[in-house]
Amino acid sequence: MTNFLVVDDSGVIRKIARKMLEELGFAVAEACDGVDAIKACESAMPDAILLDWNMPNMDGITFIRALREKPEGEAPKVVFCTTESDFSHISAALEAGANEYIFKPFDMDTLRDKLSMAGVAA
Amino acid sequence: MNPQDLTHFATLLKARTGIEVDAQKDYLVQSRLATIAGTAGHESVDDLLRAIRTAPDERVLEAAIDAMTTNETLFFRDQTPFDHLRKIVLEPARRKGGTVRIWSAACSTGQEPYSIAMLWEEVAHHLPGVRLEIMATDYSNACLTKARAGIYSAFEVQRGLPVQKLMKHFEPDGPNWRVKDNLRQSITWRRHNLLDNPAAMGRFDVIFCRNVLIYFDRATRSKVFDNLNGQLKDDGYLILGASENVMGVTERFRGDASSPGLYVKTGLAAPMPRAVGA
Ligand SMILES: C[S@@+](CC[C@H](N)C(=O)[O-])C[C@H]1O[C@@H](n2cnc3c(N)ncnc32)[C@H](O)[C@@H]1O
Repeated sequence: MTNFLVVDDSGVIRKIARKMLEELGFAVAEACDGVDAIKACESAMPDAILLDWNMPNMDGITFIRALREKPEGEAPKVVFCTTESDFSHISAALEAGANEYIFKPFDMDTLRDKLSMAGVAA
Repeated sequence: MNPQDLTHFATLLKARTGIEVDAQKDYLVQSRLATIAGTAGHESVDDLLRAIRTAPDERVLEAAIDAMTTNETLFFRDQTPFDHLRKIVLEPARRKGGTVRIWSAACSTGQEPYSIAMLWEEVAHHLPGVRLEIMATDYSNACLTKARAGIYSAFEVQRGLPVQKLMKHFEPDGPNWRVKDNLRQSITWRRHNLLDNPAAMGRFDVIFCRNVLIYFDRATRSKVFDNLNGQLKDDGYLILGASENVMGVTERFRGDASSPGLYVKTGLAAPMPRAVGA
C-alpha cells in the first residue's frame, strides 16, 4: 500500500485530505508542520507527501529542501497543496524538487488528476 | 414551465445546434437560462421562454441557445488522443514534411486546441520541415471569446495540466493565468456550426470532434459525420470522445479496437495504426 503523509497546520484540511486520499486507496499519516513532518519522515519515509506552504515552526519550502538532503529523501513524491499560487512560489517549489502543485481550494477530480501526473498510484 | 413554450424553444435549439433536450429535463433548461432571463429583463425563465415564442428577439434567442451548450472540458482530456496525435500523425510527418492541418471541431473554451499547440511546441524541434496549422471552432460565441483570450482561473488550469506545462506555456494574469502569445497566435479561431457545410475550411489531416456528438440524435450525428468526412484528407484521422463511436450511425469511418477513439475513412488505404504503446 502507498503511504501518504499529509502536512498541514489546519486540522480541517488534514481531515478532508485524509478522507479523499483514503477514498483513493492510500494509507494516510498526518503532520502539523515541517518539524513534525521531518520527525515523521525519520521514523518512516512515506511514498508521497501532500504539503502545505505556510505553517508555523517550519514552512513547506524549508521542509522539502531539508527532506531532499536526507538519505532516501529523494524518494517521496511531493505535491504542494497551497493557496500560494504565484509564479515565484511555484518556481521555488519546483526548484526545490516538488513533483506537482495544487492550488487550494481543490476537489477530488483535481487531486486524482494531479497525483497521477506526479506518478503517485495507490 | 409552460409546455408549449418549452417545446417551441427545444425545437429551435435542436434545429439550430442539433442539441436535444429531453422534456423530463426542464430543470436543466431552468438552471441554464436563469441568468439570461435576468439580464434580458425577464422576471423568470418562464417569461423568457414565452417571449421567445411570442415576440422573438434574435439576440436573446441566441444567448439562450448558447447557454444551453455544455462546455465542460479540460486540458489534455483523456490523454490518449494526444498520444495518438504525437505517435501516429506528428512523428510520421517528419518523413513527408509540409503542413499538418488539425481541426478542433467543438473546441469549447479552448483547452483542446491549446493542448494540441502545447504538444506541438514540445515536439516541433524534432520535426524540421513540418508546419502545423490548428483551426479551432465552436458554435458558442461565449466559448470562443474566452478561448481567444486564453485566460483561465487557477481552478481551470489545474484540470489536466501538469504544473511544468503551466509554467512553460502560461503567464500569471492577476489571480488567473493567460496562455502565452505565441501559443494563442498559433491557433485560428472561427465560429462554426457542425450542422453547416464546412467546405470553406479546407481539408484536414486530423479532426478532433470530441464530446459533442453525445448531445445529438442519430440522424444529426450521421449528418455531422458526412460533413466531417468531406473535410478529412483520405489518409487523415478522425478522433472522437471516449464515449462516442460510429457504430450504427455511419459507414463512412471505421475504427479499430486496439486504438480506441481513432477512426479512418472506410474503403481507403490509410493504414489503421497499432495502438499507442502496443
Ligand atoms: C463538452 S464540449 C467539448 C469540448 C472538447 N471537445 C472536449 O472534448 O473537451 C461540447 C462543445 O460542443 C459545442 N457544440 C454543441 N453543438 C454544436 C454545434 N452544432 N456546432 C458546433 N459546436 C457545437 C458546445 O458549444 C460545446 O462547447
